[in-house]
Amino acid sequence: MAFPDRNAGLLSPYRVLDLSNELGFLCGKILGDLGADVIKIEPPGGEPARRLGPFYGDQPDPEKSLFWFGFNNNKRGITLNLESAKGRELFSQLVAKADFVMETFTPGYLDGLNLGYTTMSKINPRLVLTSITPFGQTGPYSKFKASDIEIMALSGCMSLTGDPDRPPLRVTFPQSYGWTGSYAAMGALIAHYHREQTGEGQQVDVSAQACLLWAFSHAHTFWDLNRHVEKRAGSFMTGRSITGAKMRVFWPCQDGYLNFIIYGGEAGRRTNQALVEWMDSKGMAPDFLKQKDWKTFDIAQVSQEEIDRMEEPIGDFFKGVTKAEFFKEVVKRQMLGYPVASVKEIFADPQHEARHFWQTIEHSELQISIDYPGGFARFSDGACRIWRRAPLIGEHNQEIYGQELGMSPAEIAELQKQGVI
Amino acid sequence: MQSLKGVKVVEFAAFAAGPAVGKHLADHGATVVHIESRVRLDGFRAHYPPYKNNIHGLNRSGLFALCNNDKLDVTLNLKKAPQATELAKKIVAWSDVVIENFSPGTMARLGLDYESLKQINPDLVMLSSSNLGQTGPHAHHAGFGSQLSSLAGFTHLTGYPDGSPQILYGPYIDYIAVAYGAVAILAALDYKRRTGKGNYIDTAQYETGLQYLAPILLDYKVNGKIAGRNANRDPYASPHGAYPCKGDDHWCVLSVHSESEWKALCRVMNNPDWTTDVKFASHASRKANEDDLDRKIGEWTIGLTAEEVMEKLQSAGVRAGIVTTMQDVYSDPQLSQRPQWVELEHPEIGMMHYQRPPFLLTKTPPGPSKRDPLLAENNQYFYCDLLGLSGQEYNQLVAAEVIY
Repeated sequence: MAFPDRNAGLLSPYRVLDLSNELGFLCGKILGDLGADVIKIEPPGGEPARRLGPFYGDQPDPEKSLFWFGFNNNKRGITLNLESAKGRELFSQLVAKADFVMETFTPGYLDGLNLGYTTMSKINPRLVLTSITPFGQTGPYSKFKASDIEIMALSGCMSLTGDPDRPPLRVTFPQSYGWTGSYAAMGALIAHYHREQTGEGQQVDVSAQACLLWAFSHAHTFWDLNRHVEKRAGSFMTGRSITGAKMRVFWPCQDGYLNFIIYGGEAGRRTNQALVEWMDSKGMAPDFLKQKDWKTFDIAQVSQEEIDRMEEPIGDFFKGVTKAEFFKEVVKRQMLGYPVASVKEIFADPQHEARHFWQTIEHSELQISIDYPGGFARFSDGACRIWRRAPLIGEHNQEIYGQELGMSPAEIAELQKQGVI
Repeated sequence: MQSLKGVKVVEFAAFAAGPAVGKHLADHGATVVHIESRVRLDGFRAHYPPYKNNIHGLNRSGLFALCNNDKLDVTLNLKKAPQATELAKKIVAWSDVVIENFSPGTMARLGLDYESLKQINPDLVMLSSSNLGQTGPHAHHAGFGSQLSSLAGFTHLTGYPDGSPQILYGPYIDYIAVAYGAVAILAALDYKRRTGKGNYIDTAQYETGLQYLAPILLDYKVNGKIAGRNANRDPYASPHGAYPCKGDDHWCVLSVHSESEWKALCRVMNNPDWTTDVKFASHASRKANEDDLDRKIGEWTIGLTAEEVMEKLQSAGVRAGIVTTMQDVYSDPQLSQRPQWVELEHPEIGMMHYQRPPFLLTKTPPGPSKRDPLLAENNQYFYCDLLGLSGQEYNQLVAAEVIY
């Protein structure tokens, strides 16, 4: 299919140079989704994070990483060795015409190459440099190395996940890169707003550890206000009843698990009532549940004994239900609760099809088309979507070095020979 | 001067998904008006712990405080049509940006949908943030962010392969939508500056959440694979996990991504004999014997504090960290140095740690600079000084319980 022009995006006039590794991939992609002209700059041979899977056809190959495909679409790609003098010169030429630069190097690395913010801002005072690191540009941990699990641990996320009697857990598919990239994009655009008002560029100092503080909402405020430390609670909900009763969150069903909680409040009462009616329609609602007066049901006073008594028949009922059936019924009956969806069920959800969320993107290099998750928002005036697949290694060297910087094929070949690109 | 000074934002919004977007704009100097009503309070004020000293009060909510610093709080009872609708439109005419996160269809019922508001403010930027989007067969299904995190695949990826999914704390997915919502507003403001055109933005938390999972969605499409939960394991690193340390429920994490890092880890552990076992000689063999490996690493870490493990390994170039608790986040040396928190006095909460943005603009430093407002605290200032109502008009609207 022909892609609509990225000029339909809200940020189409702007040029982004993206030097980031996996911690920053999403930041550049987000600006690309909005139409910005994003150029991914990789070291010769390709960005090391191309080794991250999963891979197309399970073949570990830097040109077949689905991790790369997912987070680097909407970017063109060039190779450039910043550690060579000629490479720095080419980079400086690109910086002069760029609006944004994103980078994830250890603090001090670019300064060591004489390519830090001070240098870049002399070349281009309007530049917004977004520096994304695990812990920020300064401070005692600023030079620490971290992958996803260290960021999840040091931000506090892991202290809230897992069974109380087993180790703290992370989410199996890395989450910190997404959180960091998307909050970094917010920072970059706030600096951009200021730049457009005043002409002044600046460096934006993003800390992944600090980004992940938002991933657990307000858990820390229990300490701040009441000197209570929230901890990991496995798969049960606590803190709703003054008796200390725990409510089950995850229920085995025919083909996996369901997320359902006995709640109080108006929505909870409506849900409980609707569930009992549904169970009754299958002859599975015991009398004590049918006779329960949900209007006076008070979750704050409920005892563990009462919860256990209610959960037993509900658990039996759910065991015979599929995820798809449950989803259909919660929507129909306006109940709270959702299936614990896997990627398979997510693709089957009619909501996405109705909203044209999936986008089929052609990979001519593999002779296939793949359905991608599409734009993150819908705009009444402007498009937000995938315009192009992720680049191959050095795919746009000719376009950028040749057509844009005016180098001849011989010069480009020479740079390749010298290992600059 | 802060970056967003002069931007006027009004929130018809409650809980996290809308107000946290406004908070990020307010942190950078935007004027943000949080609209609620005594007959329709922000749920965080009304029924969402924690409250200071566990005593409920409308101005005692920790979560409201976290999401609403540097804003004005104004009451408007939208049930009092048509006067309230007219006043709401006056507020929108004053603003640059409207943020709303009512359930889809509510703003239209109130006569405050984008099409109506565009009539009075043609270049308005309006964000509607919802669970599942403004359109589609499920648009009107109401739910909590905590459960939406299951629909969007996150809890399926959390826990042990042979066990139940596990909870992600709070409305995890709400704050993913917050980042995207703010990005969308900022892009639309730039577009307006260049073209003079406004925008209506529809974000679904569900769809923003799926952005983080793109690679495993593709993996299903091209390889038919269904990603699952595998505790702390990682295909590309071993060891990779959380390990017990000295003290009650203290943990460290560490991860080894290359042979040179493995050797460095062994050196830091003083090269115990077991590390020379062929079982642990390569990444593949370590993966094959990972239970055993984890147990042995745990036997080493249990003799040390989590801080000691982190310092020793980081000095040797191996990734490691401590599992920070919800108490530690306030004293963590790195977060304190940034500083990540601003302590401000609140009349009912006392000293409260307000959260700074996770990105620091070096030339235009962000707040927080003002505590969150009390319910209705800024009514007179906003309606009279900013919106220009006369004293008489204001008093009439208060008496009619429109401003209520």
